[in-house]
Amino acid sequence: MSIRLGLSHIGSRPRTARAHAIAWQILAGAVVAGFIAAIAFQAAANLRARGIASGFDFLDRAAGFEIARGPIDFSSRDTYARALFVGFINTFRVSLLGIALATALGVVLGVARLSSVWVIAAIAKGYLEVMRNTPLLLQLLFWYSLWQTLPAPPDALTPLPGVFLCFRGLFVPSPVWQTDYPWISIERPALAGFGFQGGASVSPEFAALLAGLTMYTAALIGEIVRGGILAVDKGQSEAAAALGLSRIRILRHVVLPQALRIIIPPTASQFLNLVKNSTLAVAIGYPDLISITNTTLNQTGQAIEAIGLAMAVYLAVSVGLSVAMNAYNAAILRRGGRTT
Amino acid sequence: MALNRYWIYCVAVVLSACSGAGREDAAMAPAAEVARGSTATPTLDGVRKKTFVQCGVTTGVAGFSAPDAQGEWHGLDVDVCRAIAAAVLGDAKKVRFTPLTAAQRFTALQTGEVDVLSRITTITFQRDVQLGIEFPAVNWYDGTTFIVRKSSKVKSVDDLNGATICLQPGTTNEVDVADYFRKHKLTFTPVVIERLEEGTNAYFAGRCDAFSQDQATLAALRARAPNPADHVVLPELISRGPYGPGVMPNDLRWIEIVRWSVYAMVNAEELGLSSTTIDRARESDDPDVRRFVGTSDGFGAMLGLDAAWAYRIVKQVGNYAESVERNITPLGIERGVNRLWKDGGVMYVPPLR
Repeated sequence: MSIRLGLSHIGSRPRTARAHAIAWQILAGAVVAGFIAAIAFQAAANLRARGIASGFDFLDRAAGFEIARGPIDFSSRDTYARALFVGFINTFRVSLLGIALATALGVVLGVARLSSVWVIAAIAKGYLEVMRNTPLLLQLLFWYSLWQTLPAPPDALTPLPGVFLCFRGLFVPSPVWQTDYPWISIERPALAGFGFQGGASVSPEFAALLAGLTMYTAALIGEIVRGGILAVDKGQSEAAAALGLSRIRILRHVVLPQALRIIIPPTASQFLNLVKNSTLAVAIGYPDLISITNTTLNQTGQAIEAIGLAMAVYLAVSVGLSVAMNAYNAAILRRGGRTT
Repeated sequence: MALNRYWIYCVAVVLSACSGAGREDAAMAPAAEVARGSTATPTLDGVRKKTFVQCGVTTGVAGFSAPDAQGEWHGLDVDVCRAIAAAVLGDAKKVRFTPLTAAQRFTALQTGEVDVLSRITTITFQRDVQLGIEFPAVNWYDGTTFIVRKSSKVKSVDDLNGATICLQPGTTNEVDVADYFRKHKLTFTPVVIERLEEGTNAYFAGRCDAFSQDQATLAALRARAPNPADHVVLPELISRGPYGPGVMPNDLRWIEIVRWSVYAMVNAEELGLSSTTIDRARESDDPDVRRFVGTSDGFGAMLGLDAAWAYRIVKQVGNYAESVERNITPLGIERGVNRLWKDGGVMYVPPLR
């Protein structure tokens, strides 16, 4: 139909109409490109007028500030580029863990909301309302303050031998690789100086941020899961029940696979929100990408470059995540098509 | 022409994206003209047109810039802005304040959101040369140190090895501490929190063993502690931190006005002129005093102001000693090196002659 229309269109109208259309599109493209170029040109001129040096040279200079210990080593003599990379890894780490935990908790919540047991459904509903109706920033500050009420290092809680919980963080034994037999040993944290030394640790900032992001996003994912399950035709589960399947198996093999198709697209946008919400880390002092960018742009004065870089990174992460989720969704849809 | 307007609008958008608000008249100044160092006075013209000085201050550091219960701002840095307003507009009250975090301050100045940044800002090479900000005068000498809990038994900076230290991003303290600890082979864990209140609260709540800032600021923060006697500000300074008001380099006349407003207050102290004696000084025969109050030589006109500009600063704001005694002394902070050179300090400014 559309092809025939297209042909008749060419046949009946002069070729110039098409040429006009193309010309207009080129013109529109040129206007947009010119607009962007004008902004860039004028911004550069204004930076010059204000005596602000521009460019990305600062990335190779020594940062001069310290960052709390993380997965990657960093010292004040390392470059700004490395500092920003450390910030990116910190963002990535908390986002990835947050997404995994929020998904798990969200599925449980979504199912709990539909529970026939009144108490479970009510608790899930109450949780959702609290999480959805308070600002995330407030929740982060709440978790952070809550952690501050833990005892001081000398009186640290020891839920397990070698594990210490105090207002400075959670300290756990960690494996240490060795060059000779038995190649691995366990290093236990011990009270020394101002706190605990040795082993692995979780900082209050990381814990508060992870808890806040996870619990907030889980509530929203829970609602999506609930909506997805409700959207599956009731006849499906009734038929499965008639076959004698247990409730759990109905959920696992009949309802959830079909609900997934509805759940995945909105969940993907919740994942993106979680990544973006992780920038609230600045408020509680977790050294995420924005926090490091903040310090960098203030120490170097390269505001546009530093913010541009951070935006590019978030854009890349978000686009990457979207592509992955779309691919997963497509795979689910294909599989769904085969089995039904 | 229409396209030109669009450009200005675009720039305002781009700039406000990183600062909050752009200012059109600044964007309109042709780049080439400014670069040549012309006699354009965009900031001064702007101040005269709107009849107030927009002054960038802290979000609240007692002694330097903090609002009182009536919402009126007081402090040593606030007095610099009031002196400028008294000199240029004839009224020290014609100042509007923009509270800024350490991280926001330079962008606010660069985008023209404030006319002058008077905000416990340390003058450094990088800020002067690379950020392109002019610091016409020094109005307080300070340096980086730490506040610690008395119970921690920390007596000197070296006792802080392994400590968790709360810092503010974009401060000289942040790099001073990193430098000092590296130089002395010590380690620490930074906790970087942007807002001063939140950083201070994190320290008071026990998140950090120490909070690093400049000495006078810490003394002011200590006064806000739940129990000030539990905290001590270390006496040693690990860096030098001369504070000064910052302005943009595109208005030479404005730079001079800011510089001589600060110098006028210090000169007044040295000449023995205070807010209570300045009226009598108008009849003085002392050539130095006559130049100061404007009864001879016409220095005001050379600055593009009227003859009584310095008189008004002292009359309405006071001399430097009055400003220190009104703002800094009540906090229990010693004037120390900020005394006049003849009293054993380092305050030594060029004369009005």
